[in-house]
Amino acid sequence: MWLHRYAKFVSAATVLLIVAGGLVTSTGSGLAVPDWPTSYGWNMFTFPMKHMVGGIFYEHGHRLIASGVGFLTIALAFWIWRAEPRRWMRRLGFTALAAVCVQGLLGGITVLWFLPTPVSTAHAGLAQIFFCLTVAISLFTSRGWDEPAAEPVDDRLLRLVATTTTALIYVQILVGATMRHSDAGLAIPDFPFVFGGLLPPEWTSQIAVHYAHRVGALLVVFAIAATAGHVWFRHPHRPELRRPATILMCLVLTQATLGAYVIWSEKNVLINTAHVVVGALTLATSLVLTLRSYRVRFGGGATVPVRVRQPVAPSLGRSGAHA
Amino acid sequence: MHLRLFAVPIVLSFAVAACGGGSQPAETPAATSEAPAAATTVDPATAATVAGKIGLEGTPPANAPIQMKADPACMAANKGQTPTQETFISEGGGLGNVFVYVQSGLSGTFPTPTTPAVFDQRGCHYVPHVFGVQVGQPIEIVNSDPTLHNIHATPKTNTEFNTAQPIQGMKTSHTFTAKEADVIVPFKCDVHGWMNAYVGVLDHPYFAVSKPDGSFSIPNLPPGSYTLAAWHERLGTQTMQVTVAAKESKADANFTFKAAGGAN
Repeated sequence: MWLHRYAKFVSAATVLLIVAGGLVTSTGSGLAVPDWPTSYGWNMFTFPMKHMVGGIFYEHGHRLIASGVGFLTIALAFWIWRAEPRRWMRRLGFTALAAVCVQGLLGGITVLWFLPTPVSTAHAGLAQIFFCLTVAISLFTSRGWDEPAAEPVDDRLLRLVATTTTALIYVQILVGATMRHSDAGLAIPDFPFVFGGLLPPEWTSQIAVHYAHRVGALLVVFAIAATAGHVWFRHPHRPELRRPATILMCLVLTQATLGAYVIWSEKNVLINTAHVVVGALTLATSLVLTLRSYRVRFGGGATVPVRVRQPVAPSLGRSGAHA
Repeated sequence: MHLRLFAVPIVLSFAVAACGGGSQPAETPAATSEAPAAATTVDPATAATVAGKIGLEGTPPANAPIQMKADPACMAANKGQTPTQETFISEGGGLGNVFVYVQSGLSGTFPTPTTPAVFDQRGCHYVPHVFGVQVGQPIEIVNSDPTLHNIHATPKTNTEFNTAQPIQGMKTSHTFTAKEADVIVPFKCDVHGWMNAYVGVLDHPYFAVSKPDGSFSIPNLPPGSYTLAAWHERLGTQTMQVTVAAKESKADANFTFKAAGGAN
């Protein structure tokens, strides 16, 4: 249980890291510290606090938090390696560690190469994957996963719609990151219309990626509504599904509102950053729902077909999980 | 075994992050200027001068105020003042900080000055805000402020650079090695988002920056016909044709920008 608590702590620290990363981009501070891995020639851990001014506060702060998350992840991976009987969990821990290392290198490379869009977008995309890994580890080490209160739901349609939704959200985040790192956030300056209509009068790469993000947002809202609706109508008495479905719906509505305000506020720093963070939370929540829809595939007891109400099932021990 | 496989890149990654630098910032080495090519000589006995005034029609928008709260050193340097951007510098109907240059009509190569153009960071402003250099001419970048600055140039033809200057009094030299396709290279400080400057990079010495009253002068020009261009960071570029005879001092190369609506 302590491992689960620690994994949740690492997830929370990763949210903080995403906030810091979002602030770096939103404030245009990505190149405020020109060198890497040093900071203005100092070892990054000995950089004087008195120099944490202007854009350096955001960029160097992001580097420090990232290092902290890196060290937390080292501890997490080794804790899992020592404590976990499930081989795939041990691999998952080291995958998270590898991801955070690559993420750090991408962050350095994008600074040294003056923030090329592909590298910065990859940095943003890998950040989401790393966050998802920590959330997945938290889920897999939870008592609810290990010893479900009821037999896991076996609903093929739920798995399909939830997986599709999670994949769509991730693609939408990648499109958003591309938009963000190619300075296309205001390429279409009005909302809900597009230059006063429904289609842009002309197409440039920036307008195209911005428009794709808006279309993607619609698709994501519909996908999440479909997933949540499915859970509410087909599994209303399964809190482990109903709760993330409800949260997911709230998050996506918040996210759409924030997206609109990003335009209306002309990329206000706080709103812009909140849009990034809520996007990550939306992805993670959808992932939790998706993984729970696959719980039955991890083994450990009789499965429960959809629409069948069942009594509380006996606990599924770790020994019941597939290696 | 698996542990060891993972441990190597992990340790290396964090070692790089943790041990990448010493406890003191490193001085950026100065770039060396190019040796001047065989140059066209201009006969002083026939050299002409083109001068004029950059006029501004209408009332320009007020320069945006600068919030320097992010850096106490900048606040202290501007204490008692209300710093603003330098987008519109105007006196007596003229417009300053306009980069005027010969766009076409020249032939040959011209000697490269060895005297560096000094580009200072003072009071958390770039000084000057607009200036020009020749290809190969060193730019001496100075940090006169008791705070950290970075100098981030975003040329299209030359190589982008982002130089750290964490120490007051620090000097760094940079040289552009090619004529810039768009002439103007923006400079910015990512630490202090309000700091920006513009550098015209040309392969000849025939350029000037207008004074606040709009006046400018380009001396020592060989007789001939030229296209003269005037660039302003907000109002765009205007051009005109000028012809100067030997020893002529042409004083009516006037441009007029409209404060609203861009160049006319």
